[in-house]
Amino acid sequence: MNIVVTVKQVPDTWAEKKLDASDRTTDRKSVDNVMNEMDEYGVEEALRIKEAHGGEVTVVTMGPQKAVETIRKALSMGADKAVHLTDDALHGSDALQTSKALAKVIATLSPDLVITATEASDARGGVMGALLAERLGLPQLTLARKVTVDPAAGTVQIERQADNGYALVEASLPAVVGVVEKINEPRYPSFKGIMAAKKKPLTTLGVGEAGLDASEVGLASAGSKVDDAEPRPPRQSGTIVKDEGDGGAKIAEFLATQKLI
Amino acid sequence: MPDTRLTDEQESLRSTVADFAREVVAPVAGRHDEDQTFPYEVVEGMAKMGLFGLPFPEEYGGMGGDFFALCLAIEELARADSSVAITLEAGCCLGAMPIYRFGTEAQKQEWLHRLCSGEALGAFGLTEPDAGSDAGGTRTTAVLDGGEWVINGSKSFITNSGTDITKLVTATAVTATRDDGQKEISSIIVPVGTPGFSAGPPYSKVGWHASDTHPLTFADVRVPEANLLGTRGRGYANFLSILDEGRIAISALAVGLAQACVDESITYARARTQFGRPIGANQAIAFKIAEMETRTHVARTAYYDAASRMAAGRPFKKEAAIAKLFSSEAAVTNAREATQIHGGYGFMNEFPVARHWRDSKILEIGEGTSEVQKLLIARQLGL
Ligand SMILES: Cc1cc2nc3c(=O)[nH]c(=O)nc-3n(C[C@H](O)[C@H](O)[C@H](O)COP(=O)(O)OP(=O)(O)OC[C@H]3O[C@@H](n4cnc5c(N)ncnc54)[C@H](O)[C@@H]3O)c2cc1C
Repeated sequence: MNIVVTVKQVPDTWAEKKLDASDRTTDRKSVDNVMNEMDEYGVEEALRIKEAHGGEVTVVTMGPQKAVETIRKALSMGADKAVHLTDDALHGSDALQTSKALAKVIATLSPDLVITATEASDARGGVMGALLAERLGLPQLTLARKVTVDPAAGTVQIERQADNGYALVEASLPAVVGVVEKINEPRYPSFKGIMAAKKKPLTTLGVGEAGLDASEVGLASAGSKVDDAEPRPPRQSGTIVKDEGDGGAKIAEFLATQKLI
Repeated sequence: MPDTRLTDEQESLRSTVADFAREVVAPVAGRHDEDQTFPYEVVEGMAKMGLFGLPFPEEYGGMGGDFFALCLAIEELARADSSVAITLEAGCCLGAMPIYRFGTEAQKQEWLHRLCSGEALGAFGLTEPDAGSDAGGTRTTAVLDGGEWVINGSKSFITNSGTDITKLVTATAVTATRDDGQKEISSIIVPVGTPGFSAGPPYSKVGWHASDTHPLTFADVRVPEANLLGTRGRGYANFLSILDEGRIAISALAVGLAQACVDESITYARARTQFGRPIGANQAIAFKIAEMETRTHVARTAYYDAASRMAAGRPFKKEAAIAKLFSSEAAVTNAREATQIHGGYGFMNEFPVARHWRDSKILEIGEGTSEVQKLLIARQLGL
């Protein structure tokens, strides 16, 4: 199995997220950056499939130079090689442009299976899997909480997470599969893995090398535009209801004023 | 924020262990402390990451890292739970290291793979009821009889000596009296399960509740002559050199605890309001935390220095003792101050600082008391 897994470096999940005041893109400089947590599940699933069926896991990311840290993490978990698409011209690309660029790179790798997370914790668009499948012309299976591949039959079957259970969905390979956090418990890299990561092949591509035109990507030609942004309002101090026999009624009253009941 | 003194690999290891400590160790630390149980599931997770093999070469099943890497892992674990950190410290520095440093090739092959993988733990039996700081006062004896050592005596306070996965103890014993009347002390490997060897019930301790500590008894324990570890008569000297290294690791553990006290105190000082403002807005509290941070920073610098000297093959005995002395006292002071900042809540076991406070004091005692560190430093100064 030739498996491609997409990963993204995002501002630390727990950090206060901000937009850069100059161009309203995600501010990555003022915070610690980490691998999108859900991507760890994607990497883990790719590794498990490889361990069961053999093959190779290639990590693909698009992001600034610093995103190489996230690639290193995936390689130290056990992925075999990586492609890092990085170029100043990519700065400010929206989901449509990003999917175009990533699909271009992924297509050159001729994968049997592409694994994505359901969403990244920064923009939370949740559309990359679908966009990639469309651009690559592959079937897509989303919200997978279990993945079973049958390389001989050339199929992949998933348990698709639903509100009251799951649906069994099958597709022919190659396919794009989006995973949810329930799917596995990602491993912690071992020191041996960390040391080995440094020696694994890493291809760094600029826009031109990836076969893209700088005019197709980046903030200037983005299909969506951020006009304005407001920081989240500071948290209001709570209301304390003293129970003098009518506590229940007072809480109900409060919930009603908040239009919660 | 990453420390610029660390290489990329060291920083990756540090942050990986930090994630593990936060996600796996911290959530169960309170429960194991309260129940005084050994955290087998946590130890298994550490084993999977290869932490028990960190400073050992790959040919013996190790990770091919160095002692500095081990110290970084110990520091991060101690930020969540000292018991877990001492389990790793004692497993590597006291259990496996003597075999790696002094063992024959056969002994290394027999034991190191299992110890490095974390499936087995080894213990270090030096301290006795009447031989603590004066570890040369060993009364345990080992006599050769028909190609076997016959060991009699007892050991006190031995870490990792009674878990389900403990497989061996290396013990110091008097093997002869020299011509000058001095004791000849050697160290001998005793596999768990050897008849006559037993671990007594666990101690009831002030802290380190999830760390395994037992008294040991040797009653006519017979092991093959080949279980002698290192040169006959060098047992005491060898064990002391093991402790020189171990001190750097204990210092790392102390820094982890000191840092945890800073972290908890900052969070609490911001959140706790009295007299209409956060307690951290009082200079009395803010200065306390500034001092705690200063102690932690200096202590970390001291152990980084000792560990780098050791890695570079330079003398580090004095620096290791300085790091151990300073950082253990920093840990105890920080734990006391953190408890003070938490007020009455700091005296409640559900707050981690209460555990840190109970866990801190041993750091000024184990692997050489503060007084012994001063003796060592003074001796290095020619006094
Ligand atoms: C939880 C725990 C785990 C341990 N794990 C292990 C282990 O795995 N293996 C092992 O071998 N040991 C272990 N120990 C033992 C530990 O190393 C000893 O307790 C320590 O070395 C001190 O010895 P002692 O308790 O006999 O105190 P003593 O040596 O009796 O010291 C009592 C006091 O007198 C002071 N003192 C003694 N001599 C001098 C002197 N010459 N000058 C000035 N002051 C002096 C000491 O500093 C101390 O303050 C452990 C102890 C504990 C509590």
